[in-house]
Amino acid sequence: MNAWLLKLNETFIESGGYRYIIDGFKNTIIITLGALLIGVVIGSLIAIIKYFAEESPKLKPLAWLCDLYTTVIRGIPITVLLLIFYLIILVTASDLTVAILSFGINSGAYMAELIRSGINAVDKGQMEAGRSLGMSRAQAMRKVIFPQAIRYILPAIGNELIALLKETSVAGYVAIVDLTRAGNLIRTNTHDAINPLALVALIYLTLVVLLTRLLGKVERKLAKSDKG
Amino acid sequence: MIKVEHLSKNFQDLPVLKDVSVTINKGDVVCVIGPSGSGKSTFLRCLNMLEKPNSGKIIFDGVDLTAKKTNLNLHRQKMGMVFQQFNLFPNMTVLENLTCAPMMLKKVPKAEAEAKAIELLGRVDLADRADTYPNKLSGGQKQRVAIVRALMMEPDVMLFDEPTSALDPEMVGEVLDVMKSLAQKGMTMVVVTHEMAFAREVSNRVLFLDGGVIAEDGTPEEIFGNPQCERLKTFLAKVL
Repeated sequence: MNAWLLKLNETFIESGGYRYIIDGFKNTIIITLGALLIGVVIGSLIAIIKYFAEESPKLKPLAWLCDLYTTVIRGIPITVLLLIFYLIILVTASDLTVAILSFGINSGAYMAELIRSGINAVDKGQMEAGRSLGMSRAQAMRKVIFPQAIRYILPAIGNELIALLKETSVAGYVAIVDLTRAGNLIRTNTHDAINPLALVALIYLTLVVLLTRLLGKVERKLAKSDKG
Repeated sequence: MIKVEHLSKNFQDLPVLKDVSVTINKGDVVCVIGPSGSGKSTFLRCLNMLEKPNSGKIIFDGVDLTAKKTNLNLHRQKMGMVFQQFNLFPNMTVLENLTCAPMMLKKVPKAEAEAKAIELLGRVDLADRADTYPNKLSGGQKQRVAIVRALMMEPDVMLFDEPTSALDPEMVGEVLDVMKSLAQKGMTMVVVTHEMAFAREVSNRVLFLDGGVIAEDGTPEEIFGNPQCERLKTFLAKVL
């Protein structure tokens, strides 16, 4: 026991490794939240464009572009995408910006589908009732459809957040010290593989468990307010 | 009030309405009857353009609703619609269901809209349910609220799409009573229904739709007392 504590002290404190962990943790959180925000914005935009394109021929080319985007992004592994952005498209941007944008753009393609299926899950009669009263499609969407769709969308976004958090562990490919890379750097410096990896894994696990609990609470709250 | 000219509607290759022409006058209470699949509901939904006709015109208060430049949203405010499945907004209370459209579309002040909603709710015996959510209401209550929601926009005509078909039998009466009193107040109504007693008692005109055409058009006495075409005779023999 004492030997293990000494080892921990050596690996994380004396070598200054704890600073990597703090930095890595911070970067992982920043990338995850930044990407989530970008993902939600892109996803909502695509979902809305595609929804209105169903009725408006003028939006068809735009909807086609959205389809192209989701197909391309969903067909490329995130690591490859990250390298493309880092080495080709965003050469001059800071590493963190590259990571946030890459994960965000990737996530947007998935969010679009989540949001769209949430909107489609609302009964068709709701839109018809709104339109029959004289609401425009946009008015009915805002006042009637979206407040109901959010019940389906929020839990799905929560799941996407959890997936995103774990996905960011490949950010180290583009020279960012995220949580995973922090553990790896400590291993290289101290030749201690077990303890840094165990700590990193434990931090991810804790975050995921906490997020899952939070998500469960949100879902229960939404279910309660389900006035269906 | 509503003039339908050569209305045709197909679903993919299936013709549902074939060259239907009919005029509905102010104060008419028209019941549309016919076997299922005859195009009754489609006909009704074409009147406020929830279904887009493939050809023909719908002229409402002198305006062609099928014309591209017509502002449908504006004219739909004048045509209330009641659905088989009620389609109340589950995310809003009864009161919000009623005041939402007038406040948003006609800029009626909140207090005024709410006062009117309470008054109309009183007329359908639901004044005490203003603050409940639709899922706490029975089917009959939901449909009465749905009728009031349409009335809140002060429409010139009310369209009913099988308003009692999704109701338990014991609740049909309360909804029909509301519709009856509406008819007696002179509201122009088009009602797709299977309630033959209602059609006979309340309407002044009955359209019998079969195979996508108006096979017979007459007063209830004519339709029920002296049916002309074979198809109507067969239909009435089955439902009466």
